[in-house]
Amino acid sequence: MSTTQLMVKDLVKRNGRTRNSLMPVLQGIVQEENFLSEEAMLSVAEELDISVAEVYSTASFYTFLDTVPRGKNIIRVCKTITCHMKGKDEIINALSNALKIKVGETTSDKQFTLLTANCLGWCHKGPVMLINDDIYPDLTVEKALDIIGAYSQKPK
Amino acid sequence: MEKTLKKVDIIFEIDKSCSPLAVLDRTLQRPADEIILDLIDSGLKGRGGAGFPTGLKWKFTRNETSDVKYVICNADEGEPGTFKDREILDRVPEKIFVGMTICAYVIGAREGYIYMRGEYNFLLKSLQKKLDDFNAMLTEKGVDFQIYFKSGSGAYVCGEESALFESMEGKRGEPRNKPPYPTVAGYNNKPTVINNVETLVYTTMICHMGPERFKELGTTDSRGSKVFSVSGDTPIPGIYELELGMPLQDFINEFGDGDAKAIQVGGASGHCVPRKKFSDTIIGFEGIPTGGSMMVFNSSRSMYNVLHDYLEFFTEESCGQCTPCRVGCQQLLKGIEAVKKGDKPPAYLNDLKKLTATMKIAAKCGLGQSVGNPFNSIVDNFKEEIIY
Repeated sequence: MSTTQLMVKDLVKRNGRTRNSLMPVLQGIVQEENFLSEEAMLSVAEELDISVAEVYSTASFYTFLDTVPRGKNIIRVCKTITCHMKGKDEIINALSNALKIKVGETTSDKQFTLLTANCLGWCHKGPVMLINDDIYPDLTVEKALDIIGAYSQKPK
Repeated sequence: MEKTLKKVDIIFEIDKSCSPLAVLDRTLQRPADEIILDLIDSGLKGRGGAGFPTGLKWKFTRNETSDVKYVICNADEGEPGTFKDREILDRVPEKIFVGMTICAYVIGAREGYIYMRGEYNFLLKSLQKKLDDFNAMLTEKGVDFQIYFKSGSGAYVCGEESALFESMEGKRGEPRNKPPYPTVAGYNNKPTVINNVETLVYTTMICHMGPERFKELGTTDSRGSKVFSVSGDTPIPGIYELELGMPLQDFINEFGDGDAKAIQVGGASGHCVPRKKFSDTIIGFEGIPTGGSMMVFNSSRSMYNVLHDYLEFFTEESCGQCTPCRVGCQQLLKGIEAVKKGDKPPAYLNDLKKLTATMKIAAKCGLGQSVGNPFNSIVDNFKEEIIY
């Protein structure tokens, strides 16, 4: 049994073998592997005894349940109106230049994926970005670059 | 009865002499019907934006016969410009838990869920521990009720109550047809009370201070106070609890930068009010109701960009299930781009307005139905900015 299959088995065991567990199970996989691979989805379908089409149907609906490979650190810069007004474009351009990727792409070392997101709920402290589950409000270009720098220092 | 701007401290108030737990103990001694009467009497309406009377919602669910019922706290705060629920979850979570427990006692539920947007997962680090302690305390007291967290995964539409149930059931977050309403068939098709975070805190506070004191605030149509999320061109962005029923002019005198030309009341799906209408617009259910989002735009902002941003948002967040919303949002976006470029004549905006009227009637849920709010209020008041 592969590590992915073992992880799915464990997640299903912890969340319960019911259809209602599908979201937490998928969220658990993304937490570990950054995206939902075909293998992972097939394995979830088998463990929950539902069609793999239903697993994909749910997975493909949600922005945070990616079905394409993502980097270890997923950066989501808020692009909604107040962050727009406060300069999210400068932040995105700076990150894009520093990481040498465009929005939607992943660095070749698989460390970072750069994405934009709809309103993250920090309109009074924009611009703001989410890296994995952690929030960084009141951004300036310098601050954003420092934060990315700190993430690249972390053990791979 | 016109009100002026008044800051209030109910939601975040920490009363050392009366903790939320003391309110819980006291309230659970009272007959359920009496609690419902208090809530109805208080005039509390849902603070998520739709404004359904909370007491009635609880009453309808209580009246349903079912072994299994649920209490759900809607913490899927995704409306652009709204961030008050995050602050409430962070600062006074116990008041939410207590509100849910009182509701469970009233309607007869043994399970409660807090569905929180995935963007707020960082809060779980401290919240999970607080919830575990609260659940343990309930067990110790012999209260047959437990609360669990559920996370969203980045879908605005899941804030719509029936889409939220679908998501909790492991499905795509596509809204259901109504009726049946959640009070009859909600989560797992069982009778369900689903309330906004802020609403649940007010239920706790009304049980604490009594309906009379709550009623002293606000107007006949809009009782009490409300937490506002203030952002945009303001020197003091942030979260403020204000009495309902104030004119927008009072609001802007307090929060504006002296150059405000418009305020978007109620988030992307709300209404845009231009400067000339500030003094005769009331914030409340008799005027413009709001989930609390107040975005201020000054004269340096292009209202075309604002509308474009909102339409992009709706185009991306429409669940795609029903045609009026899926295609409607796309066409509105393409439409204003075409008018701006001169590919379509200015009169084409009237066709687009008709499209929003169709969406209002034909779209399945509030998302598609309300896209016309920002569209028409911005196009009508800032037509020249859309065209030129």
